[in-house]
This record gives sequence, structure tokens and C-alpha cells, in this order.
Amino acid sequence: MELFKIKHDIPFMRYARVTTIVSLLMFIAAVAALATKGLHLGVEFTGGTVLEVRYTQPAEIQKIREYLAAHGHADASVQNFGTSRDVLVRLPVRVGVTSAQLSEQVFQLLRTADASVQLQRVEFVGPQVGQELYENGAMALLGVVFGIMAYLAVRFEWRFAVAAIIANMHDVVIILGFFAFFQWEFSLTVLAGILAVLGYSVNESVVVFDRIRENFRKMRKGTVPEIIDNAITRTMSRTFITHFMTELMVLSMLFFGGETLYYFALALTVGIVFGIYSSVLVASPIVMWLGVSREDFIKVDKKPEAEVLP
Amino acid sequence: MNRYPLWKYIVIAVALLLGAFYTLPNYYGNEPAVQISSDRPSVKIDVASVQSVESILNLGKIPYHSVKLEGKNVSVRFGDIDTQTKGATALREQLGASYTVAQNLLPRSPAWFSSLHALPMYLGLDLRGGVHFLLQMDTKAAFGKAMERNASDVRSALREKKIPYESVSRQGNEVRIVFPDAAARSKGKDEISARVSDLFLKEVQDGNVPVLIASLRPEALQRRQELDIKQNLTTLRNRVNELGVAEPIIQQQGEGRIVVQLPGIQDTARAKQILGRTATLELHMADYSEVELGQALSGQVPLGWDLLYERDGAPVLVRKNVVLTGEYITEASAGFDDRGQSAVHMTLDARGARIFQQLTRENIKKRMAILLIEKGQAEVITAPVIQDEIGGGRVQITGMRNTEEANDVALLLRAGALATPMEIIEERTVGPSLGKDNIKRGFNSTMIGFALIALFMVVYYRVFGLIASAALAVNVLFLIGILSALQATLTLPGIAGIALTVGMAIDANVLIFERVREELRNGNSPQMAIHAGYDRAWDTIFDSNITTLIAGFFLFWLGSGPVRGFAVVLCIGILTSMFSAVTVSRGIVNLTYGRAKKLESLSIG
Repeated sequence: MELFKIKHDIPFMRYARVTTIVSLLMFIAAVAALATKGLHLGVEFTGGTVLEVRYTQPAEIQKIREYLAAHGHADASVQNFGTSRDVLVRLPVRVGVTSAQLSEQVFQLLRTADASVQLQRVEFVGPQVGQELYENGAMALLGVVFGIMAYLAVRFEWRFAVAAIIANMHDVVIILGFFAFFQWEFSLTVLAGILAVLGYSVNESVVVFDRIRENFRKMRKGTVPEIIDNAITRTMSRTFITHFMTELMVLSMLFFGGETLYYFALALTVGIVFGIYSSVLVASPIVMWLGVSREDFIKVDKKPEAEVLP
Repeated sequence: MNRYPLWKYIVIAVALLLGAFYTLPNYYGNEPAVQISSDRPSVKIDVASVQSVESILNLGKIPYHSVKLEGKNVSVRFGDIDTQTKGATALREQLGASYTVAQNLLPRSPAWFSSLHALPMYLGLDLRGGVHFLLQMDTKAAFGKAMERNASDVRSALREKKIPYESVSRQGNEVRIVFPDAAARSKGKDEISARVSDLFLKEVQDGNVPVLIASLRPEALQRRQELDIKQNLTTLRNRVNELGVAEPIIQQQGEGRIVVQLPGIQDTARAKQILGRTATLELHMADYSEVELGQALSGQVPLGWDLLYERDGAPVLVRKNVVLTGEYITEASAGFDDRGQSAVHMTLDARGARIFQQLTRENIKKRMAILLIEKGQAEVITAPVIQDEIGGGRVQITGMRNTEEANDVALLLRAGALATPMEIIEERTVGPSLGKDNIKRGFNSTMIGFALIALFMVVYYRVFGLIASAALAVNVLFLIGILSALQATLTLPGIAGIALTVGMAIDANVLIFERVREELRNGNSPQMAIHAGYDRAWDTIFDSNITTLIAGFFLFWLGSGPVRGFAVVLCIGILTSMFSAVTVSRGIVNLTYGRAKKLESLSIG
């Protein structure tokens, strides 16, 4: 079976302006969502207490909410978690009460209301830890960005490094934009997913760049846009199939992985879809506009591997 | 041209065998167990203990799989978690306090696997259930207390040598000592620097008044903090032992922080209660008269005194001045005095012993009180009358009503001997049933994803797709084998990491196969196409994996908890995928096509 039988190179670079404008609009929309709505940060970042409990019958959320409010926990947020029997209770950080006391108190309250309730999970994060996790998360993001950039600059050329990072930062911002717009919960696991997808999406650019570099040596007469068009067209099949298969796995996690992996898988889903788009249709035009030329490679590459080429 | 030398096949075969061997214990899985041990030298664990364990379980009609003597402990294996809990409770009650009864998960695989360190993957708390705490020491409070104690040392030093002074007071992080004249100050300075070596002394003139400002030396401060954390670690360890957890983790993390992880614990409320007992111990004088007590009870507590209560509700009037803190207590245990009455034996370290000797000499027939302070709430554990001068630091507290009370007091003394108050700043509790759900869901989603990928690969690339799927399965085998061999902690994000590496590892094979197709299209012979496809794709595969490795590295470095588990799996998975997708899949391709002299076509879709 072959899905991509393309005879002639698709002139992607002719549409570069259009694709870039589309990206730009998406990017602006994402930034706007982030600016107006902000991220719905998980308890790891904000600090606070989360209790997950399971009832034997479908839980009546409204009743639980009222019951807790009547007993001095009006600030508790109560919602279903996955199934109708699972309930998630969130409590903000309270001064002077330790987490152990707070979660114990609330669980005892729930138990007096319904003796069959079972404690599944408690998570408490103090405000100082939340701040640290937040900072470490930002550090990790920066570290990954600079690490990849440094690697690409050494392995290819600075123009490629800049283009790949712009394309992938654009992905990250768009994923964050989705999380802000839909107010999906942004947790540490989601951040891990985003960083993994960042590393993974860069692959895409790497594959295309590899081809561009090879084409500069092979297609002696081609213009820069022609060379890039050929590189993208030749790698398109692989790009789609690989991403489709990673997406299969991620969707399987999204649907069968349970509530804990849901947002993680969601971040990956969005990341993979935009990863294809940006690393091909954002990164390559940037390389072109940054003025990459054949001389950049002829000078650099005096390695014997050039002779093996047909 | 598409033939491997023999050694390459051997390397692949050995890797496969090792991977399978270390993966196998996971197939057997774990079973709930109870381990009985004892840290007392007087208690022997032998065949007789096995028999008594068996008889306890039989008596309680608790079904079990086996009771075995394993080294210095007895392990009992159960069919499920419920009977395990029942068994543990029964054993704990019947065996008494000299044994530690811990609930645990033990590998179900044959014993010779374990002897070769082939164990199932170590499951994180989110998969097996349990409690994780991050505790922060209140170093500011500890520092304040240390200065308070120094001020008190300065006072007694000056008093002992009869050096006149106007006042000794703590002001923030310093102690301010006011002298009547410069001569007294210089004498005082010599005496203090000889007696209290931790202090840095500075002479200042406040108007006409000669003053000595004492502050803690930086190295002394650091030593203090190190001691504090050690002390807290020990105390926490004792408390955890009390809980009976098989593989607890109690570690220092960064400055002034301690991580406590109790895997598989069922009764999380009790764990929190015992661990969260952030208590300190203080010894105060309680030499009040009945008249003063009466006044205090009617609401007129004398200045410099506190009205506190014993555990049974009896009022005790206690001086505010701390004479000794819990950190000098090295041991406390229940026992009997010469007349066979229940008593508590308490041992003090050298410095504590010296202070205590002086205290008892000066206060014979007077009452003292040992206070347990939890979150600002003071409670009198015991308020004995000093009978005699006590030297050598061996203290006996008599007058316990029964053994139980003696045990209680000893436990509180031990547990309360924390130098610095601690606060839980992070907590993660996962119930055992949620852990099981997490494993099931994670496993299922990985399997489904894997099946879908394999299906698509076979449809799209035919025989080559089958080879890629086999290579992918080998990758999972290697990954799980390495994780098991390293005993790296597997978390739910870790399982997601396995799934994700499977989803990403296929990229390498797609890349190769697309290249092979392209070479065929360009008119190369099938053997040439295979060769070129694998050779050319390698650079790209390497490059693209490096970037994911960079992401994994930073996640591991800066991530915490379950996210670290994800990073570990991601990094190892990428490395194994490079081997399986390139070397192993090439090996299979070579075996399939490499020997064909006249290969007309490839089954690559």
C-alpha cells in the first residue's frame, strides 16, 4: 500500500506566505487565550489539596458540594472525575491548617455523609513547593529549547537551529493556547508531555533539514525553493505515517488510559498535529528567508561521505 | 551485502535472551505478603517462629499461600490484599511489640530469579498505592531555640563563676549581655568563650554601658543544621518502623527537607497521624506549691509560669524556662525498676548528662515536667519528682501505673525527641485500588496502541511491516528488561513513557522503509535498496533521537516525582529503540532476504 504517490514536487514554498500567516494567526489567538483566560494550573503549581474519592453509587455532586459548604468548606470545588462514581474535591491552601488535617477533616465529613465512600488519592502541595515546581518547569522548558538549539547549530547550521526552534516554540505556545482556551488542567505531567513532544517534533524539522542538506549537494541546478520543495515532498510520506502511528498510540492513551493520563494525551495529540504543520510549513520558509544557500554546505562538508552519493 | 557477520547475530541473540530473562519476573508479578522481623538481639527468628506464625494464622482461619524463613525474617504470602491486611493485623496483635510486622509485595517468580537480581519492576506509589511526604524543617524556629539555649548557657556560666552581669537577653539572632563594668565584661568574655565555643563574641559600648554581643558562628550554624536533619531522619525512621512498612524511603532532599515514601500502606490516616506528629520534647522545672497551683487554676497564673495538663487531665504548673530539650535524649525504653514496678529508662548524651546532673543536684525533691510540644500545643508526658542527683545520663522515671503507660511514655519520649519542628509541604496518597486501576489502564492503552500500530504497519508495509512490529516488540522487551534490571521506579507517567516510546520508535523503521521504497523506485536492485535504506537513514534516526533525549534529560534533571519516572523511561526507550529498530530489524531482514541470490522484489507494500 502506498498513500503518497507524488510525481512532481509540491511547490510548498510558493505558499510559504500563506502558511506563515495562518501560523501567525494561530499564534496570536493562542497568546490571546493565554493572556485573557490564563492557564488552569493544577494543584502542583498553585498549591492546595486534592482528594479523589469513590462512591458505590453515582455521586450527587450538588449535595456533596452543599454538605461541604455547610461544614465550613465553601471554598471546596467538587466535580466528577472520569466516572459518575468518582469525585474530585479541590481545596485551596489554607493558612494554619496542615494538609494532613485538612484532607482528613474533609474525608471524615464525606464519610459521615455517606459511609460507603472510599479514599482513592490525596495530593497536597504547599505553596512554596508549588512555586518551585513552577520555576523548575520553566527551567526545563528553557533547558530543552537551548539544548536542542545548540545541538542543531552544531549538527547543521545556525539558520536551521533558529528555524526549528521558532517552529517548535510556536507549537508549544499553541498547545498552551489550547489549554488556556478550553481551560484544561495544566499539570506537571502535561508539561512533561509538551517537552517530550517538543523533542519529538524537532525530529520532523531534522528529517526535512537532512534532506535539504543532501539536496544541496545532489541537485546542483535547483534553486533554494525547489530544493526545499523536493525535500518536503520526498519526506512527506514518512512524516504522515510516523505521526499517524504515534497519534494512534496517543489516542489509545487518551481513550483508555484513564483520567490521570487524559490531559497528558491531549497535550500530545495537539502537539503532534501542530508538530507536523509547523516543522514542515513554518520551519522551512524561515530557513529560506534566513538566506540559506548552497555555499553554506559546500564549505562545511568536505567529509568523505559526499563521495558515496550516486 | 545484506549479511551480518555471526558475531552480530550472537549479540542480538544474547541481548534478546537477557531482555527476556529480566522481563520474565514481571509476567509472574507480585503477591501481597507480610514480613516478620525483629531488630532486638534477644529475639531469634528461626523455624520455631515459622511454626508460631502458622499457628496464629490457622487459629484466626486466615488463608495463606506459604510461610517461609528467608534470611533473618519470616515471609508469609497471601492470595489477596484483604487477607494480607487481616493476617498482618492478627500477627501484629499476637506477636507483640518485639516483632516488626510489615506489609509488602514480594515477587511471585521462582526463587532463582530473585537470586540473580531478576525482579519485577519497582512500582511507584501511584501504581502500588502508598504515601509520599515531603517534610520541611522549620530552621528558623530551630535557630531561635538554639540561641535561647545559648543564652541560658551564658547565664549559668556567668552565675557559676560569680561574674556580675546586668542582663542576658536574646535579640533576634544575637544574645546581648550587659555588664556593670568593663572588667566584668572582659572576665565574662573569657569565661563564655571557654564554655560556649559556638559563639562569636563582640564587645560594644552602648553609651556608657559595656555590652557583649554573642552570635552563632557560621560553621556552628551549619553543624547544627546537619545534626538537626540527622536527628529528624532518625526520629522519622523510628516512627516509620512503628508503622511496619517493608520498603520505606526516608531521605534528605536538598537543604532542610526530608522525603518519606511508604509504599503499599493501607491505613494512610494512621501513617499521617504518626508521621505528622511534628513534636518536640522539653524538660521544664515544675517546683510549684499547692497554693500557687490553686491560684493558677483560679485564673492567676504566676509570671514566668505556664499552666499545663497531663494526659489524664491533671494540672501541672510549669516554669517557662527550658532546662533541657529532647535532642539530648538518645534512648528511652519501657522497663521495670528494682521493685518490679513499671518504669521508663531514658538515656542522655554527654552534654545532656552534665546539664541533668547539675539540675538534679540543685533540685532534689522538686518536681520537673517533660513536655511534648506539637504545633504550639504543650502536653505534659510525665512530671516526676527528682529523688536524687543523677549522674552519667541514665535516668529512670518511676511511678508508671502499668506497662502500657510506661510503653506510651517511652514511645512519646522517643518520638518526641525531634530537634526541629517539621511541616508537611507536599503529600501524595494513593489508595491501593486506584494503583491497580492505574496499572490496568496504562497496560491496556499501551497494548491497544501497540496492536493498532502493528496492524497498520503490516497492512502498509507487508513483510517489512511485520518485521518492524517484531522489532517494536523487542524494543518493549528490552525496555522492560532494563527497567527491571535497574529496578528503576515505574510510575503511571512511566507507563505512558513506554507507550510513547513505542509510538515514536516506529519512526525509525518508517524512515528506513520509505528510503528503501525510494531506492527501489529509483531503479536500484532490492538488495541495494535494503542496504542503502538502512545506511542512509541511520544519520537521520540518530539526529532525531538526540533531540528527544535532550528533552528527556532536562525532564529528569528538573522534574520531580512521577515525571522523573517518565523521563527515565523516555531516555532508556529511545536508546533501546535505536538498537531494536536498526540492528535487530536489519538482522531479521538479513535473515529473510540476505541470502537470496536473485531477489526480484521486496514485500514492502
